[in-house]
Amino acid sequence: MSRPTSNSALALGLGAALVAGAALGSPESLLATYQRAGAGPFDASAGARAWTAEHSPPGAAEPRSCATCHGNDLTKPGRHATTGKTIEPMAPSVNPQRLADPVKSERWFGRNCRWTLGRECTAQEKGDFIRLLESS
Amino acid sequence: MNAKHIIALGAAALAFGAAGIALSDQGRGDDDEREDQVEDSGWWPRGRDVEPVANASYKAECGGCHLAYPAGLLPADAWQRVMADLGQHYGDDASLDPATATEILGYLTANGADGNARLRSRAFAAAPIPGDRPPRITETRYFRRKHDEVPTRLVLENSQVGSFSRCETCHSGAEQGRFNEDQVRIPGVGRWDD
Repeated sequence: MSRPTSNSALALGLGAALVAGAALGSPESLLATYQRAGAGPFDASAGARAWTAEHSPPGAAEPRSCATCHGNDLTKPGRHATTGKTIEPMAPSVNPQRLADPVKSERWFGRNCRWTLGRECTAQEKGDFIRLLESS
Repeated sequence: MNAKHIIALGAAALAFGAAGIALSDQGRGDDDEREDQVEDSGWWPRGRDVEPVANASYKAECGGCHLAYPAGLLPADAWQRVMADLGQHYGDDASLDPATATEILGYLTANGADGNARLRSRAFAAAPIPGDRPPRITETRYFRRKHDEVPTRLVLENSQVGSFSRCETCHSGAEQGRFNEDQVRIPGVGRWDD
């Protein structure tokens, strides 16, 4: 191997690592947003308690929690309570796409918090959930 | 003619008769053939009945909780009704940002059942869906007719199915737009052909 080739290989490798790091994404950008809103510090065990807390929003036939569809073990697939569709695991440790796209995360927080709790989740709650997912 | 000839003729007649029965579905055909809903028929495996989903946003946003129902299963005005109130989406919250909602609505109405190139899709638009409630594919006249011989206990009381809205559990080719009844397998029951 000639020297210029190995230098370019190194540059390519670094570039790829940078791009991969950005592409994998970091929930830190979301957490920073929540901190700017006054929330924090964030805590996985608070997230775990909130995960299984049951709610009965107006119109709900039965109480529901995050675990109703996502399950209690975030490394395992969940199941949509109405349609039965398989939901891929929430833990980034087994499903690297989770938390990689802040826009997607915020969109699903919106829908799912409104359905489960009957309201938007607070920045604190969302941050705790992110810590829970990261630690699963 | 001697006995050997007669026996040979008899055997040939039997063979032709048996072949005829084997190849003719007893002459009745299945539900799809009787209703002339298939565009091709014969021995070749049938291809798609409706166009599969071709829009990535629709597949990602709407296919997250249920089968991304092919656009050709509802007429355009029904899709408009569906998209008009995503916050109250059949008991769930399916809200979208306006740009994505506009894109998906455009895809669905452009590929809806009415005016669709596919015969089986046009069948879904043949009758209006009554009432003000959010429209359901399972409540279209065509859907009801195609499933009227399926005992509800094989679906509703079947723990592996649960609902007629879960097309993909019995129609494993649903995501590819294949709903042909020759390929139907009801979980826990097996092949179903009426």
